[in-house]
Amino acid sequence: MAKVLINFAHPALEKSRVHLQLVHAIKNIPGITFNDLYEQYPDLDINVAREQKLMEQHDIIFLQHPFYWYSAPAIIKQWLDLVLEHGWAYGHTGKALQGKYFGNVISAGGPEQSYHPEGHHGHTIHEFLLPFSQTAKLCNMHYVAPYVIYGVHRQDISDIREDAAALAQVLEILSDKNFDPAPLPRLNYLNQILQLPAQTR
Amino acid sequence: MDQHSLLFQAMVYLAAAIVFVPLAKKMGLGAVLGYLIAGIIIGPSLLGFIGTEGEDIMHFAEFGVVMMLFLIGIELEPALLWRLRASILGLGGLQVILSAAAIAGIAFLVGQPMNTSLALGMILSLSSTAIVLQTLNEKGWMGTAAGQSAFSVLLFQDIAVIPMLAIFPLLAGNAAAEASHTHSLRDNLPGWGQTLVVLGAVAVIIIAGRYLVRPIMRIIARTRVRELFTATALLMVVAIAVLMNLVGLSSALGAFLGGVVLANSEYRHELESDIEPFKGLLLGLFFIAVGASIDFKLIMAQPWLIMGLVIGIMVLKGIVLLILGKIFKLNLDQNLLFAFALADIGEFAFVLLSFTSQTHLMSAEMSAMMTAVVAISMALTPLIMLLYEKVIQPYSTRSEVTAEREADTIHEKNPVIIAGFGRFGSMTGRFLRANGINATILDLDSDRVDALHNLGIKVYYGDASRYDLLVAAGAADAKMLIIATDHPEQTRDIVKMAQRYFPHLQLLVRAENNEDTFELMDLGVLHIYRETVDTSLRVGVDALRMLGQRAYHSERAARTFFRQDERTLKGLSALRDDKKQYINSMKERIEEMEKLISSDRIKTWLDEGQGWDPETLRDEIRGESEEAAP
Repeated sequence: MAKVLINFAHPALEKSRVHLQLVHAIKNIPGITFNDLYEQYPDLDINVAREQKLMEQHDIIFLQHPFYWYSAPAIIKQWLDLVLEHGWAYGHTGKALQGKYFGNVISAGGPEQSYHPEGHHGHTIHEFLLPFSQTAKLCNMHYVAPYVIYGVHRQDISDIREDAAALAQVLEILSDKNFDPAPLPRLNYLNQILQLPAQTR
Repeated sequence: MDQHSLLFQAMVYLAAAIVFVPLAKKMGLGAVLGYLIAGIIIGPSLLGFIGTEGEDIMHFAEFGVVMMLFLIGIELEPALLWRLRASILGLGGLQVILSAAAIAGIAFLVGQPMNTSLALGMILSLSSTAIVLQTLNEKGWMGTAAGQSAFSVLLFQDIAVIPMLAIFPLLAGNAAAEASHTHSLRDNLPGWGQTLVVLGAVAVIIIAGRYLVRPIMRIIARTRVRELFTATALLMVVAIAVLMNLVGLSSALGAFLGGVVLANSEYRHELESDIEPFKGLLLGLFFIAVGASIDFKLIMAQPWLIMGLVIGIMVLKGIVLLILGKIFKLNLDQNLLFAFALADIGEFAFVLLSFTSQTHLMSAEMSAMMTAVVAISMALTPLIMLLYEKVIQPYSTRSEVTAEREADTIHEKNPVIIAGFGRFGSMTGRFLRANGINATILDLDSDRVDALHNLGIKVYYGDASRYDLLVAAGAADAKMLIIATDHPEQTRDIVKMAQRYFPHLQLLVRAENNEDTFELMDLGVLHIYRETVDTSLRVGVDALRMLGQRAYHSERAARTFFRQDERTLKGLSALRDDKKQYINSMKERIEEMEKLISSDRIKTWLDEGQGWDPETLRDEIRGESEEAAP
């Protein structure tokens, strides 16, 4: 049984258009633990023991955040720095996360074609996410294909609601008892799981 | 002595001190030398303002030495004393035995009888606790390796006086002894009884210090009559001295013991600052009396013999000290300081010399001559220390505080002093303590001081706006002073005191309200903490959160509000300075509040955090075809 943990980070959710809708759509899905980092740690003092215990209790762990400056809001860095301890997450004796699935759920301002060697940003989003995928690898986790919502700057509220519904659907599939996460790292985007035939999921 | 002559004498002594001590200090000679010069000048040999009664005054002023040892004891914790045991017994013991043996041997060789030689050896082996410690303190050398060694030796010498007083009658022969022995309780007791009396007296001091002093001090503190404290402190020292005299022990040693027993007491700093001025005055008087007692006629009669004796004895003692310093691994410069400091002959010699002439161990002329020798050697000590400071120290490459001995320093001083340990200061103190920072705590509530003391926290009773108490608490060596008292007026007194005398101290000051903050700003205090601001804002943050606002936003809003408020307050303070008027009436306070509140409406914090969700970027992108930021 796959249990899904979402570590969510948005420093100004009250002003956000996209994530406010996403959070609203997903936070009450059964089988999902929604962990709002800025709400939990407004002073950025991460409770490492709590965060580690949460990770231990779940099989699939997502970081959900806006893709600020090709990366994540500050608290995500703080969280990575403090929670993924040597001897627990990595190193000779650090096997606590072995075999778990780890990925990003992000919103990007630019459209998909801008994240391309010839595009405005010069690299694919997968290239930009390298620090996260390598972090997962070092911690003996499988890096799941990223869930990306592109072009949010141009979206209006109905587009965003559609995005939110799609994400909710994906998470419902992942948190299903019988779901096998093994194929997830082989996808290009986690979004594609909706296009797969139901029996192969 | 009638009233007028007493007052006249007091005037002469005080005037002499006031004239000559600053002069001597100005010339770089130090206070001790200043007092000695004052004594010589007003003494019978020169101006003759004081006559032979100088010797009585000296005996009276010797009480200053008792007080000094009490103060040394109170600054010395038993644990530290225990650590110094090797140097007290080893260094001190060897110094007394070797010096006494060398001097006695030479005296015997030049034809003195055996018993006289031994007496001379013992008398001259002692050094002057008063002059040496005072000079070391004055120059700040107490914490050095040499200072510690010198202190150890002096302590042993004080102990050694007791057996010496016991041996002298034996040297003189029993007949003489009976006539001369000072009267004490021990006289008519058998040997075991005497021992018992002595041990009993020591036990009384320890038990009283442990169990009696604290309840008494607590009662005195509750009366809130300041001078009663001073009276109690004086009474303690005097009572110890009386008790020691009664059983025939050295009162200085008793006072030292009493001090050590009280070293861990929460009233330590208060006692220190109460006794300190008396000690200072009495020691000054003592040094004046020493200066006055130098009999220049006698010296003029046999100048070469006396100077030869002085130099010979001091050189001999110095050589013994240098050898011992070498054995006890002092660096060369420290060893020289150690030898220079202790080469003199001490004030106990006066007592012992009068004793020897009474017991006919020595002729009266010889005793008078030796008295002159002792006085001159004492007067020379500050001079040779000065010689060390000006000539030898500049050439020694090592700093006087050698790293390996630093842990032994007598004064345990904390980097932080907290004045006021109520609900405010205690929080700060506990926080610092939890982070391994020890603070010296001063508080005026005796019940609280007791309660905290019982918890093993070092709290001292006393009013932090007193200069002497700040000194005793180590303000000269501390880095910061946290003022957390309940009363704004007292806070301002402490601030002024600290700014005036300890400008190096960082001041972190609690303020009660805005008015109080303005006053502190006017005093130039940089770090002011309004006592309820943080709590009020925390309530505000929680209220916002409970109303459904995001936690991170609420925290940031509170911090922004705080910064804004501080800025506004500074602005108001400047405005207030321009008007040169104080806000006194309630109406004006309300006006001030209105100004503050209207400035709040600017709500700049709502505009902060643009970077996280930029409206402008979205607008720009919608206007163009090209994509901009990630």
